[in-house]
Amino acid sequence: MRLRPALSLALLVAVLVGAAPTAVATASIAGRTTLATRGDDPETVKVTGKLVNRDDTGSTPVGGGRVTVTDASGAEHVATSRPDGGFSVEVPFEAGPISIKLDEGSLPRGVTLREGSRNPITRTISGTLPLTVTFVLGKGDRRTMSWADQVPQSLFNGLYFGLIISLGALGLSLIFGTTRLTNFAHGEMVTFGALVTYGLNVAGIDIWPAGLLAALLAAVFGFAQDRFFWRPIRRRGTGVLAMMIISIGVQFILRNVYQFFTGGRTETYRQYTTPEGHQLGPITYSVRDVVCVAIALVLVLGVTIALKRTRLGRATRAVADNAALAATTGIDVNRVITTVWAVGALLAATCGMLLGFSQAVKFDLGALQLLVMFAAITVGGLGSVWGAVLGSLLVGTLIEMSTLVIPSELKMAAALFLLVGVLLFRPQGLLGRAQRIG
Amino acid sequence: MPERIASAAAAGPDPAVILRADNVRRRFGGFTAVDVDRLAVRRGEITALIGPNGAGKSTLFNLLTGFDRPDAGQWMFDGHSLAGVPPHKVARLGMVRTFQLTRVLARLTVLENMRIAAPGQLGERLWAAPFSLAWRRREKENTARARALLARFLLDGKRDEPAGALSGGQRKLLEMARALMVEPRMVMLDEPMAGVNPALKQSLLGHIVSLRDDGVSVLFVEHDMDMVHEISDHVVVMAQGRVIAQGTAREVTQDERVVSAYLGERFGGDLEESATTSSGGRDGR
Amino acid sequence: MDILTSALRAGFSVDAAYFCLAAIGLNVQFGYAGLINFGQAGFLAVGAYGFAVGSVSLGLPFSAAIGLGLLCSVALGLVLGLPTLRLRADYLAIATIAAAEVLRLFFGAAFQDVFHGRDGISGFSAAFQAANPFDHPFLGYRPSDLWVMTVGWGLVVIVSVFVWSIMRGPWGRVLKAIREDEEAVRSLGKNVYAFKMQALAIGGLIGALGGFVVALGQNSVQPDNFSFDLTFIVCTMLVLGGAARIMGPVIGAVVFWAFLSLVGGVLDALTAGQDPTIPAWLMTGDQIGTIRFVLVGVALVLLMIYRPQGIFGNRKEMALHA
Ligand SMILES: Nc1ncnc2c1ncn2[C@@H]1O[C@H](COP(=O)(O)OP(=O)(O)OP(=O)(O)O)[C@@H](O)[C@H]1O
Ligand SMILES: [Mg+2]
Repeated sequence: MRLRPALSLALLVAVLVGAAPTAVATASIAGRTTLATRGDDPETVKVTGKLVNRDDTGSTPVGGGRVTVTDASGAEHVATSRPDGGFSVEVPFEAGPISIKLDEGSLPRGVTLREGSRNPITRTISGTLPLTVTFVLGKGDRRTMSWADQVPQSLFNGLYFGLIISLGALGLSLIFGTTRLTNFAHGEMVTFGALVTYGLNVAGIDIWPAGLLAALLAAVFGFAQDRFFWRPIRRRGTGVLAMMIISIGVQFILRNVYQFFTGGRTETYRQYTTPEGHQLGPITYSVRDVVCVAIALVLVLGVTIALKRTRLGRATRAVADNAALAATTGIDVNRVITTVWAVGALLAATCGMLLGFSQAVKFDLGALQLLVMFAAITVGGLGSVWGAVLGSLLVGTLIEMSTLVIPSELKMAAALFLLVGVLLFRPQGLLGRAQRIG
Repeated sequence: MPERIASAAAAGPDPAVILRADNVRRRFGGFTAVDVDRLAVRRGEITALIGPNGAGKSTLFNLLTGFDRPDAGQWMFDGHSLAGVPPHKVARLGMVRTFQLTRVLARLTVLENMRIAAPGQLGERLWAAPFSLAWRRREKENTARARALLARFLLDGKRDEPAGALSGGQRKLLEMARALMVEPRMVMLDEPMAGVNPALKQSLLGHIVSLRDDGVSVLFVEHDMDMVHEISDHVVVMAQGRVIAQGTAREVTQDERVVSAYLGERFGGDLEESATTSSGGRDGR
Repeated sequence: MDILTSALRAGFSVDAAYFCLAAIGLNVQFGYAGLINFGQAGFLAVGAYGFAVGSVSLGLPFSAAIGLGLLCSVALGLVLGLPTLRLRADYLAIATIAAAEVLRLFFGAAFQDVFHGRDGISGFSAAFQAANPFDHPFLGYRPSDLWVMTVGWGLVVIVSVFVWSIMRGPWGRVLKAIREDEEAVRSLGKNVYAFKMQALAIGGLIGALGGFVVALGQNSVQPDNFSFDLTFIVCTMLVLGGAARIMGPVIGAVVFWAFLSLVGGVLDALTAGQDPTIPAWLMTGDQIGTIRFVLVGVALVLLMIYRPQGIFGNRKEMALHA
């Protein structure tokens, strides 16, 4: 009995590992070893990298490119990229800077180094960690529009992103509301949706049924996770803080299991990767975007209405309000919580499936959105359903609008600033109830 | 005596009143938990706060000690206005409270629970913490005082046990002893005798009386009227968030409003009206 | 046998030393004060970057650059602590995990002429290595590593003694009490907020020391040194060795790194060669890294559920808490 969580954890890992060869592991490129111990004395260090050409049609690997690595002592080592774009060369271990130069003349016709990217790249050898470098090729997506012209498009992008994120945030908020657990593994549910959709899509299933199937599988996963893992832990009387740390452990496990299968590759769905754009005033949108918005809207409205109108929904709100009291009125609190997990996972997976269109399908897709989801529910008010939606729209908009003034790699910082600002001035969030602390 | 208080209240702060609250109100959603027009605790006296369950006594404690914020109201402790003052400053000013649901520091030993409460410890400054010379002597003195208090509360034998291993009644005792360790000028005890066995209760009453003799003012919540009769100089009765009667124990037990408040819901309706007239009448006296 | 000796060597490597410093810092925050900091990597990062920028871009002398790094980590503690330490414990966890991630992105993408993007900053440890008294490899460690290890483990000893000295007295007592019950501590006249702030800052300072050790050990700082993996490993190490004990992080670091290397060695052996014991369709040598991380995650989860007091901890003490 006491070993229940351990067993289910083992089962979870086993099931996930067992599923390996079927769906996702289509072409297993070496995942880079992210951690090497310093104890083994190295003779050589591996320098690996990839040449990819990114343009309107997506990214294609570039073979035949010549790369010269100059080590700390000045010796040169040459590598040529394979058809998959990867190259790898071993250089003698010697602490100090090395430079990695791409011979632009060796690139196929029409392929050039992207404007503004670094060549040569200098790195420092410091341990046995393999060094990984990326040369980005292709036209840069430099904006030619004026700043003001981009505002409507950014606004649209932001609301679109926020709406999709709200699916993830909603589940996170519901789980927090009913269990008081801040689930740091929620982003992995999002990844689950994208990866399973991708796997099914690659196996030949049309993207929409694939997404639906992924969402349903995620619901089963969410159900099982609570029923066989979290519920026994709750029954042991484990504190909320300890559960938070456990959830971060679950995040770590899942993220690495995903990486095990996908090897850190960046993938795209097989369909609708570059849909035809339509113009509506200053805004470019595609039919795919409209379908995604429709799916997200239906789910968000469906869940909020279900919370108000259905028996289970009302029971959920009662548990969120006061679990002990709800239990005395005959509500099966555990059943409600397990249902919330299943629904939360379904929503999160849908979020991931939809994100997969516009972002790289990768093992850390969801982990990268965790910050956005947290910011959203904190801004909206922890535990508040409409708060999660409102917060997502706000955070999404802010993130996309911020790219007008800061480099897009830093757009997540906007979410953090909003988070800290709200905590400073209105810690209960916009729609949260002012609560007595303690 | 009552005349003197009334006239002094009109003129300004009265040195005989250590704690005085005016128009303190707290709502939870639409429900008014506390709505106290006026409350005065006299210096060097034992004041009992009684009232049926849910009357708002603990909530009032929370408000007065800064653990909760009222929607409106002012209160003065010993010449300091306390509205908006955080709990730790309230305690440092000399007003220390205990909790109805005990809050012992479970993994610290009983003795550590006591020592931590001593005020003004140099060793709690980060810069002094690494140098035991700076705080060792003070620590010895505090330990001696803590052990004397523990002995009075029959806990000295348990001093090296983790506080989490104490029984419910022992926790009550520890919490009271710990509050005294702060060297307060006024203690606010929320049901200090709940769950304590009768023999010990008697000696606890003795402690409370001796506190008064040491010059400490006491405000305590208690449901057992015998206890209240035995030691309190003054009794305040709360019901439905309001103060419905004040006076000596004898006076309030004969007050019909108090009797009906304790009888419960049935008289709940007209209680509100009578409570208003009562407090108005008292103020005018 | 080879696997065993290299496991032992990993247990005392430079990596183990800086992870150990990070864990000691986290121990002050989480172990003693109960603050959940999921962004210890961020504290190491600002320490290391403060030092590197100070030495390279500003041309400060060694000690001034160190001072700058320490200052940066305290500033990070203040920025994260001020808005969150009055609130539920979740908020600090959320803010720190978010800040660490944003910092990593920031160092990787902003002010490229100062931070040099993902390549990072390098070439600042000449003065440090010039003072290196070792000139021969010993036990298979290179002289440069020996020097960094000496300094790193020396710092571990000094910091451990310091933490012991502040935890045994009244200051440490208030911290432990806050972990138990904040409200009770407030009712006794202690400014809980100030104590938490101090604990967060001290833990961050110690983390920054770890950042210096990474920087000196690699003669470079790169944003990817400070990913979430670091925080996670530090957290696991601490729980493994036992939180709220002076030796907890040290034991945790040594055991963790030795164990990790052992598992890596075993898996290496099982996947190597023409006809490996573990068939290649199931797992290749390149996947060892992720498999090891999965095991680390499983270890943390199991520890938190079944032995939150750590492998050598005292069960009774924890049971009281529940
Ligand atoms: N945080 C809160 N949120 C909502 N209602 C509350 C809260 N705290 C107290 N109340 C309500 O305020 C009322 C007064 O509660 P309080 O604990 O002050 O009563 P009390 O007089 O101390 O009762 P008892 O003698 O049983 O301890 C109760 O009806 C309670 O339900
Ligand atoms: Mg009460």
